Amino acid sequence: MATPEQLDLTFAALADQTRRAILARLATGEASVNELAEPFEMSQPAISKHIKVLEAAGLVSRSKDAQRRPVKMETAPMAEAVEWLEQYRKVWEQTYARLDTLLAELKSLTPSADKKKN
Amino acid sequence: MPTPLVVTTQGEREIVVTREFDAPRELVWDCWTVPALIKRWLSGPPGWTMTTCEFDPRVGGAWRFVSKGPDGFEMGHGGVIKTFDRPDLMVTSEIYDMDWTGGETINTNVFTDIGGGRSRSTLTVTYSSREARDGARATPMAEGMEAGFQSLDRLLKERAA
Repeated sequence: MATPEQLDLTFAALADQTRRAILARLATGEASVNELAEPFEMSQPAISKHIKVLEAAGLVSRSKDAQRRPVKMETAPMAEAVEWLEQYRKVWEQTYARLDTLLAELKSLTPSADKKKN
Repeated sequence: MPTPLVVTTQGEREIVVTREFDAPRELVWDCWTVPALIKRWLSGPPGWTMTTCEFDPRVGGAWRFVSKGPDGFEMGHGGVIKTFDRPDLMVTSEIYDMDWTGGETINTNVFTDIGGGRSRSTLTVTYSSREARDGARATPMAEGMEAGFQSLDRLLKERAA
């Protein structure tokens, strides 16, 4: 399970359009900072800043040895964030399924009111 | 058919739960606000029943629900109704007795008519802080069950001893 602190970092990193676009690009394969900067009207230092935030959240990593130091996506924190939301979703799905049953019953009891609405 | 539930985070402190229903929003609203109806679906996981269901349907009115698990574990929560605008908008505060959510949450539920006798509920849960949201137990009921099972374990051990 992800710690609350890790989820904070993940959600904060994801709460930015440029960083989400960078991740979407990296989902198709690793890329250099230059390559990542290309589609954005942003300076390379600005892009580097975003990458640092993603790196601090563990969402991307950069290889130390290579000259171009390509940026690579790390999927674990994202998977944990999705799992966290999924737990929340499950509870509500069960609860709302019971509400569906109740609504169907209420509608069958009040057919005239239902017709008025339609 | 009801559409699948969508759960997303929004901003730093919010979780948004969206779901559509095959019923007019007036009916959905009543299920959220009439105790006899609330008890039927907001009771918790299978096997749980709501033992206390108080809902004073007016601005400033208090609400309180207590659910009981199969082994007797009780979980209470409640708060105050801040906006009560049938069938459009309901805003309530909420806190669990055992504070699963890191302080009070504000629950904003918008009911939208989407035509054909159907409606959408958009429930925004706003936590007291980012830490509270990300640290909140997403499944207070599941946690409650776990605590219930632990007390059952203890009870069984006592009986066996």
